[in-house]
Amino acid sequence: MMNNKDPKLLLQSAPLLRQELTTPAAMKDVWIALLPATAAALWFFGLSALLLLVTSIAGAVLTEWVFTDKDKRRFAISDTSAGLTGLLLGLTLPPGLPLWMAFLGGSVSIGLGKVIWGGLGTNLFNPALLGRAFLLGTFPIAMTTWGPAGGPGEFFQIHSSNFAWPLMQGQYDALSTATPLGLMKFEHETTALGSLFMGNTAGSIGETSSLFLLLGGLFLLLRRSIDWRIPAAIFLTASLFSLIMLLINGADSNFPSPLFTLFSGGLLLGTFFMATDPVTSPLTPRGCWIFGIGIGFLVVLIRLYGGLPEGMLYAILLMNAATPLIDRYTQPKIFGRKS
Amino acid sequence: MSKLFSLNSLFSLPFSLKKGFSHGVHPPHHKEQTADLPIQRVPFVSRYIMPLGQHIGVPSEPVVKVGDRVHRGELIAQPKGFISTALHSPVTGKISNIGMHRYVDGSFRQAIEIEADPYATQQFVNTHNNVFNVKDMNIEQFIDAVQMSGIVGMGGAAFPSHVKYSIPDEQVITDLLVNGAECEPYLTNDHRLMVERPEAVLRGCEILRQKLNAKRVAIGVEKNKPESICQLKNYLTDDMAIDIVPLEVKYPQGAEKMLIKSIYNKELPAGKLPRDIGIAVNNVGTIVALADYFDHGMPLIERIVTLAGPGVQEPANLIVPIGTPIRDVLDFAGGLKEQTREVISGGPMMGSPIADLDAPILKGTSGILAFTEKETSRPPEYPCIRCARCLDACPYFLNPSRLALLGKARLFDEMQDKYNVMDCVECGACTYACPSNIPIVQHIRTAKDNLRNRKVET
Ligand code: SF4
Ligand code: SF4
Repeated sequence: MMNNKDPKLLLQSAPLLRQELTTPAAMKDVWIALLPATAAALWFFGLSALLLLVTSIAGAVLTEWVFTDKDKRRFAISDTSAGLTGLLLGLTLPPGLPLWMAFLGGSVSIGLGKVIWGGLGTNLFNPALLGRAFLLGTFPIAMTTWGPAGGPGEFFQIHSSNFAWPLMQGQYDALSTATPLGLMKFEHETTALGSLFMGNTAGSIGETSSLFLLLGGLFLLLRRSIDWRIPAAIFLTASLFSLIMLLINGADSNFPSPLFTLFSGGLLLGTFFMATDPVTSPLTPRGCWIFGIGIGFLVVLIRLYGGLPEGMLYAILLMNAATPLIDRYTQPKIFGRKS
Repeated sequence: MSKLFSLNSLFSLPFSLKKGFSHGVHPPHHKEQTADLPIQRVPFVSRYIMPLGQHIGVPSEPVVKVGDRVHRGELIAQPKGFISTALHSPVTGKISNIGMHRYVDGSFRQAIEIEADPYATQQFVNTHNNVFNVKDMNIEQFIDAVQMSGIVGMGGAAFPSHVKYSIPDEQVITDLLVNGAECEPYLTNDHRLMVERPEAVLRGCEILRQKLNAKRVAIGVEKNKPESICQLKNYLTDDMAIDIVPLEVKYPQGAEKMLIKSIYNKELPAGKLPRDIGIAVNNVGTIVALADYFDHGMPLIERIVTLAGPGVQEPANLIVPIGTPIRDVLDFAGGLKEQTREVISGGPMMGSPIADLDAPILKGTSGILAFTEKETSRPPEYPCIRCARCLDACPYFLNPSRLALLGKARLFDEMQDKYNVMDCVECGACTYACPSNIPIVQHIRTAKDNLRNRKVET
């Protein structure tokens, strides 16, 4: 009668149930969401884009590998967060960037952006943006020289500057074209919204196609992979603020319309894939609103008054820096306690 | 589709417009395994173990010696002080030992062992040797009677019920809240009780309402138990001041404070008891035990236990004499499957692992669940990615992410001073929600134990 097959019992404490999502699976969602934008990058910028993405991913993953303890390497790489950082950085690079710079950028992203902080989850700044800031500071010319968008017919036309030797700048003669933001800022010229939407403009390889970025962002929102408050706050603030600036300064000023603000430059990529990076954005719901509003405000301000046409990079990095403080002051009111 | 994308949560508002509590999680409820299985009685086995300290408070004091003969229902241990309760023999037989015995958690505790007579019957002796006329009792007599009945909270906490009913003079109870939410997955013992003995539930409500002088009774039942709701309503008559309140299916709906929020839309202030705002909360199991005691004179000697989970051969809802070794209960239902890796007592969200199957069923054992490799294997623990899913899960609006991080660093004071760790009820919602598989509740438990011990020392 006695049950002799007494199993050796585990003593794991409750809760025994877990919802299905795991951290690597959450990362996978971001990879999927970036597929359309990556495809658009390849479509418009051909093999150059492919090579840039591969090298920056390689730089990031190799750095993670080298700087992680031997026995934790496999585990650290397996969450794919380093590769994702590499991809995100790659998408913010101009098509003609020498590949060695892309590799260095990926490596700095992970090295200074993540490893020295203590690995996944501990960094204050978004690693991809930190890498981009490093590249922009170190190679300002290479990072602000843009080639025109091509089409699938020109897939194999590689920018010769991609193959500059390490520590060399490369030649930029013929290919320099201004981005829509540059045109707006320096030439007072607007680009048709249609082009901004589809992505056949000059710009960083993954930032030009608003349509495909929106698709990816929508996917993340529906999957609940990102906090909806951050994009909502950024969009609302940025469009409202640029509308106000436009109204104050009159239509013939070189101030962009709200739609232009949203669909140009790195705003969409930054909003959906960098500002919403959970590690470097606030934990609390109210904090997310403040964070998003801050970014929306700063990006317009920097674009209008800064020396460079682009503003998303510093807007996000600045708000990253404010995140611990925001978290501290926006702790939710505990049930049954007065705030 | 609904699994892949959740539109609801996408547009969830930062504040709540509807009644009910905010946050919480939706684990699959897994109740289909046992929800329709009628309650069965487990026959007597040869040996019973009655730990003296199976309730919260001071352990009971034995009033029998080894070798004494006892009848089913007879007092074997009396309360020691006010926050303590009585123990009765679940079976007719002989006291075979009073000493240390394995407890469910693997520790040893003082217990009375009873050897059952081979032909023991279900007949029990009424220890108060007359059937009460509960109507004529004053509140003091009522409280004494409840203490001598051995009744404790049957939802799992096992807090002596009479202590709950001792309301200070300056306080008034206006509402009696009966917890039939049963929000823990797998468990169906309360559900079956409501389906099969609705008159007893309603009767118990009326007894307690009258004794506490409460105006109304609300019985909260999660909407995934339509049969329970329907049965209770069928037996409800106009002269009863009882409301049956269907509740949203959400974990932890059955947590005391959440239940109060859902039903009365009141936020019980931290550190306060429900009675401070005029509410007495009781589990349906406790209510039925009261009815059985005051109507039939049966002290708390048996309870309903759900036997479920992928590791048991034949899931069941059982009436089990308290003190039955868990192994015997499992054997009655065909034993464990070979793939079983872990057996827990209580629900999968808040229950505790069982270290020794020879330990007995206690007054607070609502379920015995067995799990296999599939449910117990965990992906590796990843670092916290600050995804805030735990914050969105916590019904108390704590910051589990921060708490886990500080707990790992053993910064217990900061956990208390800045993040109110003591307000955590260990419901496990945060840990359920964490994609990085961080044992958040475990860190919180460690911190709370540490802080409590420190308080005792100073
Ligand atoms: S759910 Fe887990 S990973 Fe996400 S913030 Fe909370 S502790 Fe961190
Ligand atoms: S276990 Fe504690 S911290 Fe976690 S959700 Fe429940 S109450 Fe909140």
